[in-house]
Amino acid sequence: MRRLALALLVLLALAGCGDGDESGQPGGAGGSQRLVVSAAASLTDAFEQYARDFAGAQVRMSFAGSDELAAQIRQGVRPDVFAAANTKLPDQLAREGLVDRPVQFASNELVIAVPAREPGVRALDDLARRGVTLAIGAESVPVGSYTREVLGRLPAGERRAILANVRSNEPDVKGVVGKLTQGAVDAGFVYRSDVRATDGALRAIALPADLRPKVAYGVAVVKGAKNPHAARRFIAGLREGAGARALRAAGFGPPLQ
Amino acid sequence: MRRRAFPALLAVALAVALGFLTLPVLAIFLDTGPGRLLASLGEPSALDALWLSLRTTAASMAIILLLGTPAAYALATRAFRGRDVVTTLVELPLVLPPAVAGIGLLAALGPRGLLGGTLDALGIGLALQTAGVVVAITFVASPFYVRQAQAAFAALDPTWLDASRTLGAGEARTFLRVAVPAALPGLAAGTALALGRALGEFGATLMFAGSFQGITQTVPLAIYARFATDFPAALALSAVLVAVSAAILLSVKLVTRQGLPGVAGP
Repeated sequence: MRRLALALLVLLALAGCGDGDESGQPGGAGGSQRLVVSAAASLTDAFEQYARDFAGAQVRMSFAGSDELAAQIRQGVRPDVFAAANTKLPDQLAREGLVDRPVQFASNELVIAVPAREPGVRALDDLARRGVTLAIGAESVPVGSYTREVLGRLPAGERRAILANVRSNEPDVKGVVGKLTQGAVDAGFVYRSDVRATDGALRAIALPADLRPKVAYGVAVVKGAKNPHAARRFIAGLREGAGARALRAAGFGPPLQ
Repeated sequence: MRRRAFPALLAVALAVALGFLTLPVLAIFLDTGPGRLLASLGEPSALDALWLSLRTTAASMAIILLLGTPAAYALATRAFRGRDVVTTLVELPLVLPPAVAGIGLLAALGPRGLLGGTLDALGIGLALQTAGVVVAITFVASPFYVRQAQAAFAALDPTWLDASRTLGAGEARTFLRVAVPAALPGLAAGTALALGRALGEFGATLMFAGSFQGITQTVPLAIYARFATDFPAALALSAVLVAVSAAILLSVKLVTRQGLPGVAGP
């Protein structure tokens, strides 16, 4: 019994020692600082590349629908950086006092994606045909709201027909990509960078120029971040440097402003 | 001092465990006012999700009970070569992460899966259909039942089964009129576990069947869809799920205590 008590005391003492430095773990250009980034799902490939090249801190990333990440921040989760697939969410969080002033760091293009070898769908109009199945993002996730923005610019009949063909409202863009690559749907609305990331499994169909939404990605340092210094460096690198290069390589465009 | 220390440690461990397990459940009910919670339940998307979860879970449980009970009986009472391997295989989905279950279902039954072509030829669509939801939740929930049922059948006194056979009852009758009623508490426990698992399945359903209001968006998927934009609405649905699960647990306990009419108890 005395041994058990002693063991428990030792464990408590160790636990109470506080965070030690996390030093030299594999992955990343090294450094003992840790940077936690919450980023939109569409940024997966680009940010993972950037994290490998980012000097002076080890980057831990969490990818999900931007709206889910924003909800986590509202519930008290404190990453260092929040990168969203729109500017609306970072602006909302800034107004709520949860993040510093956001900046734009990339742009993207909303496209129709189809499985590469399927000849059925060639243009936006084909999506209104009976029997065509679609996957789109849920309303609250950026890719879903951009999609609905495009559909909102169509005549009511065509919009209704296309919406009637939707079979799944995915919580993030990678879910839409997944449904497409499994062959579960004929077409979906994703970003051009996502089509690129599938390495040829999907084909992109551009939207008519007058219907294309402005897809601007915003990023901000989260208030209460543990590592605001590295966070600002991370963001700076997104606009000019290793981050910008990774974004271009993944198919993102420059920021719109 | 030593004699009082251990019971005290036990009490502390129990208190911590209890607190940890009950706090998230309580928080669901305490975080937002009941008026707001009730209001969000009336929304069509919430009602659709609840009705869909009810239908798919009921269908899934029917399949699990009809197929799983005889299967568990066979595993428990028939010794055959490789029985342990078969048992492990049947229990495997228990330890699979739901995402892996989703991938597995896609690889087997998805449009590009092993049986995808066959299903297509038979006109059976699973991905993005309600039937796909039933398949996904049956896959993840059935091991919970089969395992309990197998243990319950295996724990039966074999002399009862022999007595039944000696008295002239066939195998089927022995199974239905002797084995099942006698094993009922274990079967009920397995049913409750499988039901809870089926109601709560999220990952495999999302990957295999998708998320669409009224067709595939079960309550867990609806909670996920709402949590980002309407946290009280997510809380409301969660509260309903907690209440329903608790009700199921209680009614299963009641049924097993009363037993079934027309069967002599042990």
